Amino acid sequence: MTVQEKFYCVLGGVGALLVLASVITWLLWMRRGNTPLITNLAARMRAWWVMVGIFAAAYVLGRNATLVFFAFVSFFALREFLTLTPTRAGDHRALSIAFFILIPVQYWLIGTDWYSLFAIFIPVYGFLLLPSFSALIQDTDHFLERSAKIQWGVMVAIYCISHVPALLLLDIPNYKGQDALLMFFFLLIVQLSDVFQYILAS
Amino acid sequence: MWLSQLLIGLTRAALGATPRWIGCEPSTAQRIYFANHTSHLDTMALWAALPPAIRASTRPVAAADYWGNNKLKRYLALQGLNAVLIERNSGKAMSNPLEPLYTALEQGASLIVFPEGTRQAQALPGTFKPGLFYLAERFPQVELIPVYLENIHRCMPKGTFFPVPLICTVRFGAPLAREEGEAKGAFLSRMRDAVVGLAS
Repeated sequence: MTVQEKFYCVLGGVGALLVLASVITWLLWMRRGNTPLITNLAARMRAWWVMVGIFAAAYVLGRNATLVFFAFVSFFALREFLTLTPTRAGDHRALSIAFFILIPVQYWLIGTDWYSLFAIFIPVYGFLLLPSFSALIQDTDHFLERSAKIQWGVMVAIYCISHVPALLLLDIPNYKGQDALLMFFFLLIVQLSDVFQYILAS
Repeated sequence: MWLSQLLIGLTRAALGATPRWIGCEPSTAQRIYFANHTSHLDTMALWAALPPAIRASTRPVAAADYWGNNKLKRYLALQGLNAVLIERNSGKAMSNPLEPLYTALEQGASLIVFPEGTRQAQALPGTFKPGLFYLAERFPQVELIPVYLENIHRCMPKGTFFPVPLICTVRFGAPLAREEGEAKGAFLSRMRDAVVGLAS
């Protein structure tokens, strides 16, 4: 099988699964109407369709599109994280750097195959720079606490998430050109774990 | 107008500006929305949070010394936001600085005002200037709606020029009115407490 064929098989399988699940959701809805459980299930179904649609589109559009897509995932994740994190006015510059410099640079490093810098850019340079900029504002209240929270957000939302598309950097023997499939597989596993956890819990 | 649509689109994309109608429902009744003031984005966020039909008849109040001091800002304020410009330094103004607001209210517009008169460094409002009292006294039929703008002081605090895209919410409280014979100081602190009450 060529890579393309494999991809279409995987996508077809996922699609079939989603169609089946949607039909079941619809049947349940016909029988029981709008109970909270079914409304929630329908919302999840919609989210999964959108997710698969976006991932498939990113795959078809190629590597750069995938990177841009994940950069946006990081952006939205960091935004959610920092919205809930009590930062102060003095952190404004550090936050701007996290959003508008760290995210683009981190994904650009994947795009240019610069693995050695990609791996240390945030844990070393980011972690030194962010608190430095906050310190220069001279707001010392809760300084360590604030720095730690911002760094943790950056770590989770940018560094960790960027390792998903970083699978594209891997050079596995006898597996040339199929890294994107590996990434798709990884996402599938993560999502299936979410699906099973949801089904078994309810 | 296209400029308003553009400004609202940008505000939504950057800040979310989601409305939470806690104490009242959206209504086209004539209202004065008053809120805590921490950022240049406050006006945009509150305006963008209103439904389009209400927004069309709601005019933000902006300081003439800031928004009127160059052509671009003036154009943005008047054409983009349909703002009412007022003179903050009453010494400069020949007539009552609130006169433009009286005219706007007489024409049936709702207003967005920031009664502190200037931006604060912290989220909770400082003391209110008496302008709101005179408006309430002269137009007792207009509903006074306290509004709390959450998170905007973190997005673009005083002294910064570029917003960090955190998600902001706009909380609308229950309508208030001036009570019979209520003194200025008591009225203003009651209004301030209503905004503070929405903060938690």
